[in-house]
Amino acid sequence: MAFENLTSRMQMAFRRISGKAKLNETDIEEMMKEVRLSLLEADVNYKVVKEFTSEVKELALGEKIMKGLNPGQQVVKIVNDELVKLMGSEAVLVQFNESRPTVIMMVGLQGAGKTTSAGKLGQYLRKNHQKKPFLIAADIYRPAAIDQLVTVGNQLDIPVFQMGTQVNPREIVKEGIKKATQEGYDLIIIDTAGRLHINETLMDELIDIKKIAKPDEILLTVDAMTGQDAVNVSLAFHEALAISGCILTKLDGDTRGGAALSIRKVTGIPIKFAGTGEKLSEIEVFHPERMASRILGMGDVLTLIEKAQEEIDEEEAMSMMEKMMSGSFNFNDLLKQMKMIKRMGAFSGILKFLPGMSQLQNIDKVDDKQLVYIEAIIHSMTPEERKNPELLQRSSSRRNRVANGSGRSTTEVNRLIGTLEKQREMMKRFQGMNPSTLEKMGQNPMSDAASINKGKGKGKGGFRI
Amino acid sequence: MGIFQKLFGSKEQKLKAQKYRLGMEKTRRSMSSLKEVLTSSKKIDDALYDKLEEIFIMADIGIDTVVHFIEAIRKEVQHQSIQNPLELENIIVDKMFDLYLKGEIIDTNIRFNPSGLTLILFVGVNGTGKTTSIGKMAYKLKQEGKSVMLAAGDTFRAGAINQLKVWGERVGCLVIAKEEGADPSSVIFDAIREAKKQNIDVLLCDTAGRLQNKVNLMKELDKINRTIKRELPNTIYESYLVIDATTGQNGLNQAKVFKEATDISGIVLTKLDGTAKGGIVLAIRNELNIPISFVGLGEKITDLDYFDIENYIYGLFADFFE
Repeated sequence: MAFENLTSRMQMAFRRISGKAKLNETDIEEMMKEVRLSLLEADVNYKVVKEFTSEVKELALGEKIMKGLNPGQQVVKIVNDELVKLMGSEAVLVQFNESRPTVIMMVGLQGAGKTTSAGKLGQYLRKNHQKKPFLIAADIYRPAAIDQLVTVGNQLDIPVFQMGTQVNPREIVKEGIKKATQEGYDLIIIDTAGRLHINETLMDELIDIKKIAKPDEILLTVDAMTGQDAVNVSLAFHEALAISGCILTKLDGDTRGGAALSIRKVTGIPIKFAGTGEKLSEIEVFHPERMASRILGMGDVLTLIEKAQEEIDEEEAMSMMEKMMSGSFNFNDLLKQMKMIKRMGAFSGILKFLPGMSQLQNIDKVDDKQLVYIEAIIHSMTPEERKNPELLQRSSSRRNRVANGSGRSTTEVNRLIGTLEKQREMMKRFQGMNPSTLEKMGQNPMSDAASINKGKGKGKGGFRI
Repeated sequence: MGIFQKLFGSKEQKLKAQKYRLGMEKTRRSMSSLKEVLTSSKKIDDALYDKLEEIFIMADIGIDTVVHFIEAIRKEVQHQSIQNPLELENIIVDKMFDLYLKGEIIDTNIRFNPSGLTLILFVGVNGTGKTTSIGKMAYKLKQEGKSVMLAAGDTFRAGAINQLKVWGERVGCLVIAKEEGADPSSVIFDAIREAKKQNIDVLLCDTAGRLQNKVNLMKELDKINRTIKRELPNTIYESYLVIDATTGQNGLNQAKVFKEATDISGIVLTKLDGTAKGGIVLAIRNELNIPISFVGLGEKITDLDYFDIENYIYGLFADFFE
């Protein structure tokens, strides 16, 4: 799918960049091309992308490369940091009115999910903020829109006020608020009709409703799959109504949701909630920082960057790499390598972060206990055996002794010895390869090994067992 | 004389295309116009190509298709050794026709079953306008003298059944429905039986909106298809994927996955009366070979029309005529 393509493309770009000591302008340009494509594929508005990438380019040029990161990772880090900054770093909540019932007005295009979101929001605020919600059905245009809200209300046990389709929405809102206030509800949610932002008559109707209802929040409901037009839509609604926030719906699809970034950048309005499923309970407070990495499409590579940065001593990693590449890798090195990995967290968890590893089918089956067993086996070897794996290969009595000492089967001992041997061979092979062969390997899990070679010791995430 | 003038010179043609233009309301701000770009450029260079790229991406045509498209334009420019930016007009329109038609003759007419019931299935993600499109199409078919029946196969969304019933009343046709939560296949099964009994010409089947990454919902679609094939053996039926013009790159994913689940024969592009251009359908046609069959151009019952590539291109570059 598009997502996979993109991830692999980004990884290609990393590989081109990684391995250089310093980030020069050409590298940044190259990387920015990929970032730009990535953002455009995520439906971020063209102009927003243009501005954003040129801003980041400037930042990247001035920045020093942090210890523990290669230049490519550094660029991604800057891009991500800026995205997070732009999206806002924390969730923004609903403003409640202290002196009278809080009024929330839902607006948006047809089919964005206003009615469903109105119900979800009522349910959410009742559950998490102990509010007493009341819904007003002000969509008199779409056939059965009122039915839909009434059904949603019934399912959630929230009262729905309606006056049929023959009454002006302004009147409905006025009466609805009166009734809700009289009956002691402290949260009123108005479901308005979906409309095009260029339909002046209907936009005027919203402006009037706003005057009548004096809402504390006007929430624009936006379909997460919206393309380039998100900018026009949000600007038009914002200009007419001064909206206070957005609800991003249908985020449970496979869309990257770049619209969120466009809206945020051109209007400055925070995204407050996200619809994450078809059930009426499936709404959550929007976490902008998580959205940044979804839009960028880099997923958890970013997490790995952070982890690697914190946990791994560069010197140690460097000498390990040199060892691996020289083909003289032995059990002592394997033990050290495993300790490094352990410091970074669970093995199966780490694997998922690695580029290319996401394609690996049985990723969840990698057992962290295996690491413990391997350690036990290595600890049962004599110092000579650890340094010199051939000793074990030659003698079955040595292998049996190790198996007994570690409490593991001889099969397991044999497998470990075999694995180490394979790894040594593989490293030797890589040394003879040219970069294009290695890039081709980016499609399979061996891609990490590829980046190790090109990275000359900089590919922090690339440890393999 | 430019190709636009040639194409839309006649009054009649212009009037028809005007409807698209009205629909595809020019964005009030920001979107650079093709005319502006071409007239303000002194020569054909990378800067000009960048501006063209912007125009096409802003229309949601999608990066891969845009890159492919620009490449085709570049080649043609080289081939004809054109230097005047204004001459690009012809090439752009030409290449856009190429991109859509791919040298084929696209017949977007509904394939009616000559000897019995014609069935049309509507699928798509949530909120694209399936039910509304069915209502409009029912009206259109009735105007053409067909007898029409509707099947309320969206038993999931609150109010969907009633929404279809309201359309049935407006158009004046029977709606077969069960209670909310019923098995959609059984609704369609009943509807086919009933339509056959009453000698109905066309049965339009609504389905629940489903995000394409939801496995169970896609399976449900599979079941619906099996039911139809069993009840109407050896009959070709249209499956229309309804896509909202505001949809961005995800539209391509939608088409890909729905194509796997059901035999999509065409696209109904809805909500083209906003500022969105719905360019993703060009990418869908380019990459997946699915043509656009109908367009929704407004909220009135008459606002569903057969797709016409000439008019669509006219709509995309409408500013040329102002």
